[in-house]
Amino acid sequence: MAENGVTGVPQDCPGTSTEQAGKASPCQGCPNQALCASGQAQVPDPAVQQIKERLNGVRYKVLVLSGKGGVGKSTLTAQLAFGIATDESKQVAVLDIDICGPSMPRILGLDGEQVHQSGSGWSPVYSEDGIALMSTAFLLSSAADAVIWRGPKKNGLIKQFLRDVDWGETDYLIVDTPPGTSDEHLSTVQLLSAAKIDGAVIVTTPQEAALQDVRKEVDFCRKLKLPVIGVVENMSVFVCPKCKKESQIFPPTSGGAERMCHDMGLDLLGKVPLDPRIARCCDEGRPFLTEVPDSPACTAYRDIVQRVQRFCEAKPEKPKAME
Amino acid sequence: MALNSDGLQKRVRCVLLVLSGKGGVGKSSVSVQLALSFLSLGKKVGLLDADLCGPSIPLMIGAHGKNVQRGPDGWLPVRAGPSASLSLMSVAFLLSNKDDAIVWRGPKKTAMIKQFLSDVQWGDLDILIVDTPPGTSDEHLAVLEGLRGHPVYSAVLVTTPQAVSVGDVRRELTFCHKTGTKVLGIVENMSGFVCPHCVECTNIFSQGGGESLAKECDIRFLGSVPLDPSLALTLDKDRDFSCAATEGPAEAALRHIAEILLKEMNEDANVAQTS
Repeated sequence: MAENGVTGVPQDCPGTSTEQAGKASPCQGCPNQALCASGQAQVPDPAVQQIKERLNGVRYKVLVLSGKGGVGKSTLTAQLAFGIATDESKQVAVLDIDICGPSMPRILGLDGEQVHQSGSGWSPVYSEDGIALMSTAFLLSSAADAVIWRGPKKNGLIKQFLRDVDWGETDYLIVDTPPGTSDEHLSTVQLLSAAKIDGAVIVTTPQEAALQDVRKEVDFCRKLKLPVIGVVENMSVFVCPKCKKESQIFPPTSGGAERMCHDMGLDLLGKVPLDPRIARCCDEGRPFLTEVPDSPACTAYRDIVQRVQRFCEAKPEKPKAME
Repeated sequence: MALNSDGLQKRVRCVLLVLSGKGGVGKSSVSVQLALSFLSLGKKVGLLDADLCGPSIPLMIGAHGKNVQRGPDGWLPVRAGPSASLSLMSVAFLLSNKDDAIVWRGPKKTAMIKQFLSDVQWGDLDILIVDTPPGTSDEHLAVLEGLRGHPVYSAVLVTTPQAVSVGDVRRELTFCHKTGTKVLGIVENMSGFVCPHCVECTNIFSQGGGESLAKECDIRFLGSVPLDPSLALTLDKDRDFSCAATEGPAEAALRHIAEILLKEMNEDANVAQTS
């Protein structure tokens, strides 16, 4: 990836910050050619600094990622939020940047809410547990509305979300993402380059079809120098509620997340078993973590919450001024 | 000028988009199983993997690690499946290191998908299935733009029973409506799991959402497909097409759905030919 966030460059790209940018022969046909030739690619986006200032009151920023869809990113985001929020001294916020498929309002029990503008920016919507949420879903007039936007328009909304939402003083901002490694992910990481992301949690399920996408996500994090807190393996096993025997619905044909973490030098934060009550709670907007405390999935989620917090809070504090 | 609309129009009888607003509902699994079912019904089938960030088709069809070749008139699709009768294209075939991330913004993804439709020598096909990523964005618009002018293209929507999934698929239906894409029906995947030890059926991903959505939106409900670890296993490892495998419940359900879809597409194609 070239500097200044310009991507999709040809192999012999002369460099987006050079004099030849947009004018050399490898530039022909590159989608960024006009941008580079105009010199705009070299100008740093002022939003990056504005976002840093806006997020000064946010202590820790965590991204929840996966190359693969449907592995439980939004579910995990919610459990992280619920888990941290059980400590009443902590303020938690969630930013849902899955623009085409925004699930967080339903999962946090905030379906149908609308966003309000105040003098200090957009106000997030607050759940019963005091979790602040911003999502595209709050901007749609009906549940059936489709957001049929190309990359640039999605990027514009993400910039607004990061720059214009007034989170106030917040301990954790958790960002739920759509699957993949594209506009939403690039924009979020680039726009937060000054504000700094503390780390990313990567979610997978055990089968190779998921892991092959997740390895790409790890590659993405490494390319963008985004710290990886660790990997969560969701839908690990299923325990039959009747006979209590285990089944592997998504067989770990290539060793599951455990093997992948070992091969790639990553921490496995936990393995969460399938529990039908998780889906039900998500559908009904109820906190699984606090409503079904006896579930082995709940124990797994709690451990993961603790490990994520330990990772973020272990970072050294800024040095105090010399007296 | 619509890209190669001439070639696709003349040589590909029907195009079937496999869509879902939601990720992880089984679009790629459904795409692969529909392709195999159409092949078993004697059709010439192509399968285009339009998911550039998470291309799953090569692994699922046992073509993982293959590379694409260039012919004099364009890219030659990779041949896979039973007797190598299925024509495939995926961005995975273009990567030298299969774990490399495709970190592309919209315009480059759009360009790639249009190339897949215009520069691949698909040949004469009865059906070209297009597997898509979740959402309603660049890739989906690129596919529709690349198909502009084709007389017979339609979509099948995949969901799981959960409300969270149905919510996204409802939006995908709006996308289809706004873009004039005919929806042949809704498939509800991961619909119940029968415990192999005690035969108790558990609705792991809730219940009934797909059928309710179909009723609500007046769309045909094509059927439910149960969670089947044997199919998950088959789609996850090198597949051996040389020996006949026992058909599990998920495969049987999808074969039945394929028969319904084929009938619908044939009717549309016949109408298009006579008009």
